Amino acid sequence: MFDHPKFECVIGLEIHAQLKSNTKMFSSDSTEFDAGDNQNISTVSLGMPGALPTPNRLAIELGIKMGLALGCQIRRTSVFARKNYFYPDLPKGYQISQYDQPLCENGKVEYLLDGELKSITIERAHLEEDAGKSNHYGDYTLLNYNRSGVALLEIVSGPDLRSPAEAAAYAKTVRQILRYLDVCDGNLEEGSMRCDCNVSIRFKGESKLGTKVEIKNINSFRFVEKALEFEFDRQVEMVERGEPIIQETRLWDPDKNKTFSMRLKESADDYRYFPDPDLLPLVIDEPWFESIKKNLPELPLARLSRFQTEYQLPAYDAAVLTAEKSLSDYFEKVVISCGNPKGASNWVMTELLRELNDSQLTIENCPIKAQDLGAMVKLIDSGDISGKMAKSVFLEMWKTPGVTPQQVINEKGLVQVNDESTLAKMIEQVITANPQAATDYRSGKTKLFGFFVGQVMKVSKGQANPEKVNELLKKLLES
Amino acid sequence: MDQKTIQKVATLARLELGGVEIDAVTQKLSSVLAHFESIAKVNTEGVLPMVTPIEVLARYRDDQILNSLTPEQGLANAPSKQGFLFKVPPVI
Amino acid sequence: MDILSLSMAETLEQYKQKNVKPSEVAQCYWDRAQKLNPKLNAWITFNEDFLAQALKADEKINDVDWSKSPLWSVPLGVKDMFCTKGIKTTAASKMLSNFTPPYDATVVERLKSAGALVLGKLNQDEFAMGSSNETSFYGPAYNPWNLEYVPGGSSGGSAAAMASKSCLVTLGTDTGGSIRQPSHFCGLVGVKPTYGRVSRYGIVAFASSLDQAGPMASTVTDAALILESMCGQDAKDQTSSDQKVAPWSKKLSAQVKGKKIGIIKEYWETSGLSEDVKQVTQNAYDYLKAEGAELVDLSIPLTEHAVAIYYLVASSEASSNLSRYDGVRYGHRANFENLSGINLDLFYSKNRGEGFGSEVKTRIMLGTYCLSAGYYDAYYKKASQVRRLLQEQFLNAFSKCDAIVSPVSTTPAFKLGHRIMNPLQMYLNDIFTVSANLVGIPAMTVPYGLSTDGSGLPIGVQIMSKHFDEQTMLDIGFALESASTMKGKFAHV
Repeated sequence: MFDHPKFECVIGLEIHAQLKSNTKMFSSDSTEFDAGDNQNISTVSLGMPGALPTPNRLAIELGIKMGLALGCQIRRTSVFARKNYFYPDLPKGYQISQYDQPLCENGKVEYLLDGELKSITIERAHLEEDAGKSNHYGDYTLLNYNRSGVALLEIVSGPDLRSPAEAAAYAKTVRQILRYLDVCDGNLEEGSMRCDCNVSIRFKGESKLGTKVEIKNINSFRFVEKALEFEFDRQVEMVERGEPIIQETRLWDPDKNKTFSMRLKESADDYRYFPDPDLLPLVIDEPWFESIKKNLPELPLARLSRFQTEYQLPAYDAAVLTAEKSLSDYFEKVVISCGNPKGASNWVMTELLRELNDSQLTIENCPIKAQDLGAMVKLIDSGDISGKMAKSVFLEMWKTPGVTPQQVINEKGLVQVNDESTLAKMIEQVITANPQAATDYRSGKTKLFGFFVGQVMKVSKGQANPEKVNELLKKLLES
Repeated sequence: MDQKTIQKVATLARLELGGVEIDAVTQKLSSVLAHFESIAKVNTEGVLPMVTPIEVLARYRDDQILNSLTPEQGLANAPSKQGFLFKVPPVI
Repeated sequence: MDILSLSMAETLEQYKQKNVKPSEVAQCYWDRAQKLNPKLNAWITFNEDFLAQALKADEKINDVDWSKSPLWSVPLGVKDMFCTKGIKTTAASKMLSNFTPPYDATVVERLKSAGALVLGKLNQDEFAMGSSNETSFYGPAYNPWNLEYVPGGSSGGSAAAMASKSCLVTLGTDTGGSIRQPSHFCGLVGVKPTYGRVSRYGIVAFASSLDQAGPMASTVTDAALILESMCGQDAKDQTSSDQKVAPWSKKLSAQVKGKKIGIIKEYWETSGLSEDVKQVTQNAYDYLKAEGAELVDLSIPLTEHAVAIYYLVASSEASSNLSRYDGVRYGHRANFENLSGINLDLFYSKNRGEGFGSEVKTRIMLGTYCLSAGYYDAYYKKASQVRRLLQEQFLNAFSKCDAIVSPVSTTPAFKLGHRIMNPLQMYLNDIFTVSANLVGIPAMTVPYGLSTDGSGLPIGVQIMSKHFDEQTMLDIGFALESASTMKGKFAHV
């Protein structure tokens, strides 16, 4: 547990999520990740004279979806504003963002940390455009504007987080929601989701916030936690030494496991925000709003708790199965097809996830269709195949995409033998073939029972219903 | 408006101003702003600032790709470039 | 045939009758433009393909689809604020002195597809910031009526080219009067349409909420014809309006009987309003009244603040709009001996410090200051609020009249070098024109008289009408034109 006798840690996150649209926020150029140098450009994304922004409807809708999922109020009229500053990756000398009238505000998100339900306020979430990319080569810098203008949603939390673990759990939850809504692919490594942390410390019991430090360049959840832990310790040490905390931006160095100060800017920031006169206010009328709201999927936390109550799944299983929307969708299809949530959960969580993991596949690319897996579970439940047989059926289905369990069973003749007279014949065959063992058994060597079961299964090529074999064998041996 | 303010604004606007220019700009801005001060007298309580002076029904673009410039076109006016990348002095 | 004596509409008629070929018209204007340019400095760049394009048009004279090509083979002069694909576009700035856009402004694209041929790019004040064409990096343009005088600004080159008959029609941009004031100074019809009528895409932005493009022509009919091809919604400009474009030129009517013409009291009381301008405007009122129009006295009390609102809003927007000129992707880059070791701030400051002229720098400084922390509320925001109040006063005035007729500027053209040293005085002269931009209404200049002081300079009157009611404005312009003493008069260069 993260705790310090004297100091409390205060953290807020600014998460930039790259919205999953084919084109940029204000221009029609492609957002394809690995295009050639300056391939995805236009007069708009290069900031050419007279170029004007045209807002992307889909990006707006994705922003609203996420805002709703974050429990935000959606402003029916929000305003795009210019944030003015000079940097070579910023082609117009300003970034189009939202300032005093953001699209989404006053939200609240719940998240789980070690099974405990926590909540955090969302101050705002607003639409903006990304900058281009600078690559530095010592005595010069090269600029690629493929990313310039890509649609982003900036999600700003309140300073409500009290530990690095909470920060990481919250960030993971945001990622999970983004992916549930199919609003962002949430890839921290590729930068489609970026996590900037504001952190300060204060004496326990104090209500005033300390001087905050912003940490950037964090590209994994593990590093969110590590960077914040480092930063907390650094600030505590400074305060204990009597040194002031400087308000600054620091970068996380994952190799050295520490944060370091970014070069201080020479001129103080004064972004001179003002409403962008090239754009009209963003007005969301009721029909538009309702059509977006209507298509909002069930959110992960709600689904998790529903899985626990509706399917009687343990918390852990429910959490695993709701981690990704596609997995929980898959699972529910299996349930519908077999009517046995526990059985479905066992097969998805053990065999299926293991195979997916081993072959580095995602559930979207799973070779086994959900209804086929469900059908297989159903065959087990009806006694048509044994659990053991099911494993080979499963493997066959995994190897042959599209094949149904029934096809596998037919092809391999894998049907469980339940018929008593057939079983009795097999048993008698075995007893007749092993007269000495039968005599020994009857004279009290009951340990030989297992031997007989094995022989019967062998004769049946593994297809005899083991329970019935037990029952009949006992009867026939003892008669 | 003093020269210190002017220098600060010039830094913000990334404009190099020579000594003579600073004097001239200081003088010009002082006289213009002094005259413009008069708008402070207008009572604007509760008045929404106006940006676009007409009513227009906003239209939004469909999410369809059109890269309107080729890299060649995009870089044709570049003062300095390397391959299809723009080149500038070192940043950071 | 005296090609130069024809208006654009008349020239088109001659094409239709096949009395004249595009190449003949083109050659005539080309030669005149080339001959006069050393005197007038109206042009920055000529389109080297112009004559070849006209020759190509000759071949098609028998199968012109006039409904699709209403401006077929019209020699067009384009202010250097409009991006023209493959033709240098400088905004009369050192900053863009080597910039050749790979795209056309929507307006240019539309006029080209209507058949117009771009003759060249016209001089102007740098980034359209100025009222005399004296801030151009390429030097001043001169007034064809009297070369000691300025042609006005910022569309000074457009006015000089038009008034000297160096082309058949020109395009200007108007942020605070930049079409109307030079039209007044040079005896032309100049129209600034309603904000949103014309796409701003591809026009070098000065102040986005004020900029509009419009024609500068020799007759109201010509201006209306050009407007019909220029106007209309553009997917590339979100602020462009879907209001229907009417066949204004066909509907033109000089009938003003029963029309209510507003006279703004405060305009009439403006200090420095010259007697000549007063007299010419009064003549216009008298004519309209004689023709049966009703004159209505109006008051726009916020007129005294219009120039302040305008310069605060325009400069604020401009400071941001001009931030893209940094010498990174295009535009002027200072000569850095060795790229290494340059501080980024210095890189920017030098590129911009060298690339922009003094008036542009002054405006950027003013705008940056107005938007900066601690001043935003007092300047930019305050001005935007007063702007709304000004609009309310105009809307209220238009509830009492169909159009407002007023002077364009306090005086006719002034002498070169006369006002450039006193920016405040220069700014205050925009008092009659800036409101139309602030409020978003259409406004035009129609020539209506000459000065009486011996300088022989034209004087125009301004007509303003309601949002999107270009027809009423053009009709009154048409009526005044028919009675104008300027009819048939042109500059002898």
